[in-house]
Amino acid sequence: MGDDSLATSSNSRRNPALTGRQNPVLTFISAFFGNFIVQRFLLFLLTVWVAATVIFILPRLTGQDPVKEKLLLEAQRGGSVQAGMNEMAQEYSARLGLDLPIQEQYINYITDLARLDFGYSIAYFPRTVNEIILDSIVWSIGLMTVTLFLAFVLGTGAGALLGWSRSPGWLSYAFMPLLTLSAIPQYMLGLVLMFIFAIILNWLPFFGAYSPGNLPEWSLGFVLDVLRHAILPALAILFSAVGFWAIGMRGMMVNTQGEDFMIQADAKGLNGTRIFVRYAIRNALLPQVTGLAISFGTLLTGAVLVEVLFQYPGLGNTLFYAIRVSDFFQITGIVMTIIISLAMATMIVDLVYPLIDPRVKYTQS
Amino acid sequence: MARATGTRNLTMGTRARLARRRWGVFYQERVEPIFLYGRRNPSLIVGLAMLGTLLLFTIIGLFGYAQLEPHTNDPSQNSRLDAFVSGGAPVGDKRLPPSWCTWCEDIAELEGDKKPTLFQYPMGTDTQSRDLLATNLRGIPLTLGTGLIAGLLSVGIGTVTAFVAAYYRGLPDVAIRLLTDVGISIPGLLVLIIIRIQLGTELLWWQLGAGLAAVGWVFSSRTVRSQVLVLREQPYVEIARQSGMSGLAIIFREMMPNLIPYITASFVASVAGAILASIGLEALGLGDFSSPSLGMTVYWVIQFGAITLGMWWWWLFPLIFIVIIFVSLFLISAGLDEWSNPRLRRQV
Repeated sequence: MGDDSLATSSNSRRNPALTGRQNPVLTFISAFFGNFIVQRFLLFLLTVWVAATVIFILPRLTGQDPVKEKLLLEAQRGGSVQAGMNEMAQEYSARLGLDLPIQEQYINYITDLARLDFGYSIAYFPRTVNEIILDSIVWSIGLMTVTLFLAFVLGTGAGALLGWSRSPGWLSYAFMPLLTLSAIPQYMLGLVLMFIFAIILNWLPFFGAYSPGNLPEWSLGFVLDVLRHAILPALAILFSAVGFWAIGMRGMMVNTQGEDFMIQADAKGLNGTRIFVRYAIRNALLPQVTGLAISFGTLLTGAVLVEVLFQYPGLGNTLFYAIRVSDFFQITGIVMTIIISLAMATMIVDLVYPLIDPRVKYTQS
Repeated sequence: MARATGTRNLTMGTRARLARRRWGVFYQERVEPIFLYGRRNPSLIVGLAMLGTLLLFTIIGLFGYAQLEPHTNDPSQNSRLDAFVSGGAPVGDKRLPPSWCTWCEDIAELEGDKKPTLFQYPMGTDTQSRDLLATNLRGIPLTLGTGLIAGLLSVGIGTVTAFVAAYYRGLPDVAIRLLTDVGISIPGLLVLIIIRIQLGTELLWWQLGAGLAAVGWVFSSRTVRSQVLVLREQPYVEIARQSGMSGLAIIFREMMPNLIPYITASFVASVAGAILASIGLEALGLGDFSSPSLGMTVYWVIQFGAITLGMWWWWLFPLIFIVIIFVSLFLISAGLDEWSNPRLRRQV
């Protein structure tokens, strides 16, 4: 991604000598849009806008009416009379602004999105989608940050040892199982872990984020309870993520060992640990950070299913229940939340990377 | 034969010797390199062998298991394979463990005289009395087919767009590059969820594959484009251009042969990604409820709480099939990487 942006910036940039003689406003504009940070931010906006537009247009091409369908479904379930259903649907459509012409709907939709307002949930009508998302996103963020951090540390460590030519020989046998684990979907690992640790051994709870009947509060007992419930879903995500980091790090370590400064460090007679930590890991580690951007996406979508499997009350599980009751606004809200946070995370990684790795520069040289 | 004594005619012995020598040359030139290469690139061979075993198992199952007599006298069931639907096996035969499993009878609450024979239900039955072997045998081709359709379509779209972008440059390049940049950062699974919810109808296996290709082509487009960009600067492409070869001829005669490893690797990656996404979509309850694909089995497993019921045969066998599919595809793509990128050879 970095390379492509680099290419765009060098193509679109004008000769500074020419622009200098021009109008200062134009100079400012060309410098502004030539700036990598601005370009990256525009790409972020474009990503979110395209995603939002696709999500807006596609459903309307199919000519389905989510509100009416939802009401019909409810009526069938409740066995109520279907007379007056059309009036009710119209009333709901008017309230939700679905009877406006399509361009006005689109403008409303985009402005609401810009304010991060996803409207009301159809299934739990008086509640807004934002309230529901806020309730569940806390659990997802907690689970994700811990697993992301642990997977990064463990996987990078394992990869560094695997790629280091002076590691003990038996370590190389650990590579194949790690690769295999990373190829298995997270929810499949979750099934196995659940069976072994929750059903056969009965060590850990197999569903929820805390024991039923336990109320969320800041006490040691509750925190321990939450941790106990988080272990299995976290392990399921962790196992495959560790493999991902280990593969990347191993490749970087192998490349780093061919560098001249490694030979120089050897020639200076430094001890092995120092070369390993200060010379090899330090240089091989940096490109791993770009992997963060890729892993966010796979981690998040994988975690959706792991949450469903363990009935963990995060965004994924909420999405699953919204799908089951076909609550369209809630589904859109959750999907857009995930897309926006993902796009933001990748943007931050792209922007921070040149700061920590001086070898990569997005400047105008 | 009348002309058997001619000098140019050979005796049987010579003929055989020549044939043997010809085979020897053929063996040395064509067959042995494959084995030698296999020794150097074991992941490709192991991956292909795993996938082949799975396919062989499915084919033997589809033709062999179908020959056994059906579970019921129901005329709608032509063979045992038709017992993949809910109530396919007799209603009393629900929650049966695999018939060869002698130590797990307590779960099924079997009566003494109903003890199944060895080949009654080799993978047991679920709570809706479906024959799970029939379900899996029907499901493996469906899941693989979804991946295959998605893989073929996304590699096709990806390659064409990559060539248009990288070879002709200019405005198409900018548009396609922006589209792939944007598409890669949007999780396709989530977009598919919205599309599927709004369509309201259940997607058949090939429709699901086409949908997955519609969001997945950006990855192959990006991979192939970066390679085309490298190739178009190669001297031999420049020579072809100077000598007045047309754009299409350069693409197909000069560039394509060098791109095949990358396109194949991208195809394998697309298939794996599409199968992962399709199982995810189905596990979320957005699959085709009348189809017995592996992802739908996972959905029913979660819905009915098969794990807490202790029905390990319900989830373990599809799990094994899914793991075989993913690990074999992963090994194949690792092997293809080694093939297309010889620099990796010193590393592996």
